[in-house]
Amino acid sequence: MISAFFIFNQKGEVLISRLYRTDLKRSIADVFRIQVISNSDVRSPIITLGSTSFFHVRINNLYIVAVTKCNANAALVFEYCYRFIAIAKSYFGKVDEESVKNNFVLIYELIDEINDFGYPQNSEIDTLKSYITTESVMSTSIPAEESSKITTQATGAISWRRGDVKYKKNEAFVDVVETVNLSMSAKGTILRADVDGHILMRAYLSGTPECKFGLNDKLVIDKNERGIGDAVELDDCRFHQCVRLDEFDSTRTISFIPPDGEFELMKYRSTSNVKLPLRVIPTVNEIGTSQVSYVVTVKTNFSNKLSATNVVIRIPTPLNTTSVDTKVASGKAKYVPAENVVVWKVPRIQGGQEISLSATAHLTSTTHRQVWARPPIDVDFQVLMFTASGLIVRFLKVFEKSNYNSIKWVRYLTKLFIRAGYIYSTPQYDTCLLHVCICGMD
Amino acid sequence: MAAFRAPPRKGENFELSADLNSEYKEKRKDAIKRVIANMTVQKDVSGLFPDVLKNMQTDDLEQKKLVYLYLMNYAKTQPELVILAVNTFVKDTDDPNPLVRALAIRTMGCLRAEKIIDYLCDPLQKCLRDENPYVRKTAALCVAKLYDLKPELVIENGFLETLQEMIADSNPMVVANTVAALTDIHIAAAAAGSNTEVFVITSAVLNKLLIALNECSEWGRVAILNALGRYETHDDRESEHICERVVPQFQHANASVVLSAIKVIMIHMRSVRSETLTKQLVRKMAPPLVTLLSNPPEVQWVALRDINLLLQKRPDILSNEMRVFFCKYNDPLYVKVEKLDIMVRLAGPNNVDALLSELKEYASEVDVDFVRRSIKAIGQTAIKIDEAAERCVNVLMELIGTRVSYVVQEGVVVMKDIFRKYPSTYEGVIPTLCANLDELDEPEAKASLIWIIGEYANKIDNADELLGIFVDSFTEESYPVQLQTLTAVVKLFLRKPDTSQGLVQRILNTATKDCDSPDVRDRAYIYWRLLSTDPGAAKAVVLAHRPPISLPRTTVSPALLEELLGEIPSLASVYHKPEETFVGRGRIGADAIPKGGSELADDRATAQKAFQTVAAGQQAENLLNFDDPTSNDGQQPTGLAATTVLTSTPAATNLLSGTSSNPLDDLVSIFGNTGIGTNAAPPPTPGQPQTHLNAFGGLSFGGQPMSPAPPMTPSVLQAVSPPPQQQQQQGAQDDLLGLF
Repeated sequence: MISAFFIFNQKGEVLISRLYRTDLKRSIADVFRIQVISNSDVRSPIITLGSTSFFHVRINNLYIVAVTKCNANAALVFEYCYRFIAIAKSYFGKVDEESVKNNFVLIYELIDEINDFGYPQNSEIDTLKSYITTESVMSTSIPAEESSKITTQATGAISWRRGDVKYKKNEAFVDVVETVNLSMSAKGTILRADVDGHILMRAYLSGTPECKFGLNDKLVIDKNERGIGDAVELDDCRFHQCVRLDEFDSTRTISFIPPDGEFELMKYRSTSNVKLPLRVIPTVNEIGTSQVSYVVTVKTNFSNKLSATNVVIRIPTPLNTTSVDTKVASGKAKYVPAENVVVWKVPRIQGGQEISLSATAHLTSTTHRQVWARPPIDVDFQVLMFTASGLIVRFLKVFEKSNYNSIKWVRYLTKLFIRAGYIYSTPQYDTCLLHVCICGMD
Repeated sequence: MAAFRAPPRKGENFELSADLNSEYKEKRKDAIKRVIANMTVQKDVSGLFPDVLKNMQTDDLEQKKLVYLYLMNYAKTQPELVILAVNTFVKDTDDPNPLVRALAIRTMGCLRAEKIIDYLCDPLQKCLRDENPYVRKTAALCVAKLYDLKPELVIENGFLETLQEMIADSNPMVVANTVAALTDIHIAAAAAGSNTEVFVITSAVLNKLLIALNECSEWGRVAILNALGRYETHDDRESEHICERVVPQFQHANASVVLSAIKVIMIHMRSVRSETLTKQLVRKMAPPLVTLLSNPPEVQWVALRDINLLLQKRPDILSNEMRVFFCKYNDPLYVKVEKLDIMVRLAGPNNVDALLSELKEYASEVDVDFVRRSIKAIGQTAIKIDEAAERCVNVLMELIGTRVSYVVQEGVVVMKDIFRKYPSTYEGVIPTLCANLDELDEPEAKASLIWIIGEYANKIDNADELLGIFVDSFTEESYPVQLQTLTAVVKLFLRKPDTSQGLVQRILNTATKDCDSPDVRDRAYIYWRLLSTDPGAAKAVVLAHRPPISLPRTTVSPALLEELLGEIPSLASVYHKPEETFVGRGRIGADAIPKGGSELADDRATAQKAFQTVAAGQQAENLLNFDDPTSNDGQQPTGLAATTVLTSTPAATNLLSGTSSNPLDDLVSIFGNTGIGTNAAPPPTPGQPQTHLNAFGGLSFGGQPMSPAPPMTPSVLQAVSPPPQQQQQQGAQDDLLGLF
């Protein structure tokens, strides 16, 4: 399995190095530096040299690297790297060179705990935090029962939860966050629309609560059995490891003992009956080589009782733009030369409203036409109490021995981030596809 | 930690040593941290060993961990001193705190000093039966560590039996780690040439694994699923049972659990006889596969490579899902390329329009490599779906109309394939292609256009004029273009003898007199002979009907495909190459031989590629071992040894046979007739294993390719049944076959 784990900075300096197995030498880090970091043309996340494979993930100018010498489980190695990043984030906020240097002792402690002899071990953040802390722990200061409690939790059937959680007020918050991927033809007909949903839960519940969760879904495994009524068709869903999969498989009930605090309960996909919150219709004309004109129209697509807030639309301009004249009826638009975008901010759009922007970008003349990637338009906004898939939380029941009352809050948040391509009136692409992807941000 | 990465001061180690012996606790701890920081940047702090060791006995868990970390690094270099630490370790394994017990046993296993191992067995024995599951799960893995170091000790102390019993442990995490340890030992034993199966999964074990599967951590599930994949079922009822128990794992959030579950299903589905269950399983597989695409790009890529394999086995699995594979703007290139391939695989008459408009979009992106691949994909679609060919051609012509150099060149190359598949159908586009003649500067594009002109010489009025341009610049062109020009001119002459006599005369003259390439010259001579002696024969040869081309449905042989599907999501399945090509343990166990070697004949190309990488791999290995000069001496026997193992399996022999582009193939003629009557192996021609043994030797010995030739016969016999000793050697030298 994983033979070694390294963290490199941008320059290829080793920040963390830990060999789990003995089939490698420390100097293997130099090989990675030469082959990957100083090589500008790396086109695969796995590099195999001889029988040594390097798996790398990049984050904030750091390389998180796992090295194997066998026919390793590639998905597991990458999942492990990302898990390390998640754990590091929750321990010290940001994962960058500075934080890794400042926390190297803690990191060594962590990577020893979550991996033994190359095999990943318990990596539940909540449990890890109970015995790996930023303050030093005296082994005498922990009573024996306490430490055995920790170990039972680290190995138990509910490794994700401490048994002794207590809250004065028992509350559970459920956030339904949706992400829409959408592509439209130039005429505005939808070619593809699918929703990536996340159900995030913040559980502040005492004891060991048993939860049951219900949605208005009808999980469509067989596409021929169409759902009826207001049932939402989910193509697939994936659960946090606390959810009992066998029970879901047989009876379709989602039952679980939640971890304490925030976690992602489930992810789902839906492709049918997607209601689009916003439509963006951009038209772009390249007039000669000195000007580009834009007309971008945004239409809302929900009832006028709701509204989209904090709308930020970012429209990319060519790299050789000198200035942009913008004209908007609502909100404010500004050209940001450093990022080569026109940023258009609208604090609120009421349902049923339509707003538009027109702009002209002036370009410096260049001897040859510069290649411009024509990046898509980004739109970032939130709509409360609206889900694109139509998903509704039916119930969340909490059962606990002490039989306390718990308060549950459900929030539907369609905080979105649209990526939109646009129609080009250049000679080559008269009728090309319009791409609008809406992705979720957290 | 201001001390981290501080500039080196004079006598830093001296200062550290003083601090490590300080009377103040905090100062000592801080010094240890600095030592660890120096260790990380590969500064030599081994001289501080005794000073660090003094700080081992402490109540401060963090400090203990740091000292242990130091020990693990330097125990090997200071074996005499490690012995001083043993007492503390043994004492710690009796600590009332289970975390300390586990930490001690975990670290002892990592020390790798001969002297300490003997002291490890007693505490390990105790810890394996500890009342605390956390200690037991750590101890289970420690057995694997011990086996790695000194297998005899594991066997003598009966640790293997203890592990077998631990599969029945009440704690699922202990079960998972036990399974991981047993699998690790099993692989190590197989690599060392042991014949006894260390980890046999019986039906009793199976039931325990199935129970633990639903309760243990995500990583434990992967270990258990791997073990389930190795289980051999007795009847279809059993297979069905396993499949039913594993299917719920499809809903797990961890991609490696999902993919491992898919592997288990793919393996056990082979013996499921019920049609409806098979159908149901395949149907349940599709949604989780699609969901894998919402993972981070690296995980996505692994999933895509595996989906590619799955589609080769079951093309209908995702038939309605092509749209989810459309590339996103911010996908990394490696993901986009893989998606392209899958899109073409999923293309059918009903979704081809959507696909084409996507591909056209991609062809206008910035990355040249991606644009070229998109255009290639359009060509592949045209070849795959007859009724869409015309639409594909239209899109291609539109793209060629942009006159972007690389788009035009790739378009021409792709058009050539379309002309191959649909002869005399799209002649209307030839003028457009010819209009771009000046844009072409890459050999492949030029050669393709020349081929098209030659093929349709009788329909193009000014074919002689066009070809004349290339004849004029003949000596400056690259060899592929020269060869194509030569053939095209001869085709033109055979079709229109009156107008092109001068041209053919000129090119034959130039090619035979002024050309450096023996290939070009020889071809020119052959044409000349043919044309001068028997023009009829020339026509039959040059204008012969070519077999139609089609898009291969699989990229690997069926046997290899089965093997790779059983290894999802391992590196082998990601690379679509058998494990032996990149993991150099030289182990090809009996169960690793692909079954049904008969279909392997078409796998030559793969084998060929693997061979070519060997040379590169060896170089890379030298690089990897640069700080260990002794390993270079050890490399020589390994090169040969591995080859002998490869050839010893009938399937591998098939793989090796008949690789036409192997530059060392000429050797076949030398040894081809040396029939060896005693060769007991089933391969068809007895001479071939020899040859490849030789070829391989040539690659690995570099300067002396012929050296293993004289004692040929005996070494082949050895190859057929490699003695166990030799295998052990291979185990030690696991760096052998390279992939990249």
